[in-house]
Amino acid sequence: MNHPTELKYSKSHEWVKFQEDGTALIGLTDYAQDALGDLVFVNLPEAGDEVTAGEAFADVESVKAVSDVFSPVSGTVAEVNEDLLDAPERMNEDPYGAWLIKVENITDQEELLDAEAYIAFYESEEA
Amino acid sequence: MKLIFERGKDGQGCTLLPECDVPEIAIDAPVREKKLHLPHVSENELSRHYTELAKQVHGVNDGFYPLGSCTMKYNPKVNEEAAALPGFTKIHPLQPAHTVQGCLEVLKRTEEMLCEITGMDAMTLQPAAGAHGEFTGLLLIKAYHDSRGDKKRTKIIVPDSAHGTNPASAAMCGFQVISIPSGEDGCVDLDRLREAVGEDTAGLMLTNPNTVGLFDKNILEITAIIHEAGGLAYYDGANLNAVMGVVRPGDMGFDVVHLNLHKTFSTPHGGGGPGSGPVGCKAFLKEFLPGLQPVLKSEEHGEIAEDEERALRFAVAGAPVLRELAFAAPEHSVGSVKAFYGNFLVVVKAMTYLLMLGREGIPEASRNAVLNANYMMEKLKDLYPMAYSETCMHEFVMTLEKMKHEIDVSAMDIAKSLLDYGIHPPTMYFPLIVHEALMIEPTETESRETLDEVIAVFREIYEKAHENPQAAHEAPVGTYVRRLDEVRAARKPILRYEFQ
Repeated sequence: MNHPTELKYSKSHEWVKFQEDGTALIGLTDYAQDALGDLVFVNLPEAGDEVTAGEAFADVESVKAVSDVFSPVSGTVAEVNEDLLDAPERMNEDPYGAWLIKVENITDQEELLDAEAYIAFYESEEA
Repeated sequence: MKLIFERGKDGQGCTLLPECDVPEIAIDAPVREKKLHLPHVSENELSRHYTELAKQVHGVNDGFYPLGSCTMKYNPKVNEEAAALPGFTKIHPLQPAHTVQGCLEVLKRTEEMLCEITGMDAMTLQPAAGAHGEFTGLLLIKAYHDSRGDKKRTKIIVPDSAHGTNPASAAMCGFQVISIPSGEDGCVDLDRLREAVGEDTAGLMLTNPNTVGLFDKNILEITAIIHEAGGLAYYDGANLNAVMGVVRPGDMGFDVVHLNLHKTFSTPHGGGGPGSGPVGCKAFLKEFLPGLQPVLKSEEHGEIAEDEERALRFAVAGAPVLRELAFAAPEHSVGSVKAFYGNFLVVVKAMTYLLMLGREGIPEASRNAVLNANYMMEKLKDLYPMAYSETCMHEFVMTLEKMKHEIDVSAMDIAKSLLDYGIHPPTMYFPLIVHEALMIEPTETESRETLDEVIAVFREIYEKAHENPQAAHEAPVGTYVRRLDEVRAARKPILRYEFQ
């Protein structure tokens, strides 16, 4: 399973990519997409919506279940990846390319893990 | 298999009518521009069509059907006999009440028996199924708070182990859903519940025994916490089959319940339905019930009066003088949630079941359901790890996470393997709080011999999966269709037949 070292991870299985312009991209981790199975629908917020660290901003549906996606940061949605609406399978195929939202005006963030700590976290959850 | 539209051809049919001997005339009314697409098949072809469909499915009549949380018990044939009586079928919902007294009596008696079983004071039989019942029950809760001018109660608390319909029904009703996590034991976490309640709590939705098949021993405290906060407690009757006639939701502190006649009271599910989801409530909510309620004729206008005409009518008909019933709308009714009186013939079947089992048989059925589940769990737990170790109620949940890790055989693979033995798979990947879950509900209508056979099959599948995991990925091999493409069905569903 692939967890790039340049990203930060939440315990609810989202990744965050903090970008140089102060914005952040958020998506589902490789572990999350593997556990959920084939994704068939995604509900995304709209640009301009506020997101709050630790609260759900989207939901994804796989053939197994519907799950909330939690925001690792607080801020304003600058952009949503609308391509995913027609092609949710991209979250399975390329979890780190298939970002869900881009957040700007970030005011707060959850306690985030680096790749190594994240892998240790989910392995301990499974044990 | 050919669809019914692909069988037969124009001119074929099931009836032979003599030539029309009156002249045809045009009538002054809108005329359909295109011909309707109706199948043209002979009776023989029609019969083959349905027989072929029946061969492709697995029903309770075909074999073991342990679909957890669905209570796939046997549907006694006597139910069908009763529901086919002409007095129940050759009627119209708009007939005057005095001409269908037997039907009103069915509604009233079923309501009374279900009230007794649930500990409720009144019941509507109008909702068409479980989720519809949930929605109706929540409408009662909303109407109650509104009637008191208590507009700030906007939130419904739902445990994370709940059936997905609970949050969906609450959202449909305009409530905000607050999900609370379950404790380690799969039951409600009392501290988290206390944190979640407040002035904005409209109510709690809960099923007990819960979704993992355990009876929540804190139930009185749970409903007390909700009541102290000013909310109402809603009982999802999905799992009533474990406790009917043994313990009553009304005594646990619930104010509103829904039942599934098609689960607990032996009426058919799904394609054999329709369903029926009666909603019961405590007396203080009765005024909000939907639709029309069968009431004593003497109470129809709120007054008790001797009805001499009624006595005469029954005397003339040679029938014993019974109570006379009428329909009345509850005073502050939330309005109808379905046409007329719900799925009436389903109610007839449920009443037949209740009368056949009687006061002794109803709790015995529940006890046997619990016994069957525990028997299977005990005989399987050395091979299949259980999600919770306690004595279960009417169903139990196993987790195949270890097997998935060790030999890459998933809950899905085991479920599909069962198909090759003529067994319907258990509920898969539910509840969501258990990974690689298989949820098994044998029901009381299976004999010990059947359970032993199924236990042997589960054990054989376990051994074979360890010998040859690849074979498990390929199961089923002997069914009409093998693994369906669930992903494509969800992403690109074809919901409409396209005519040429």
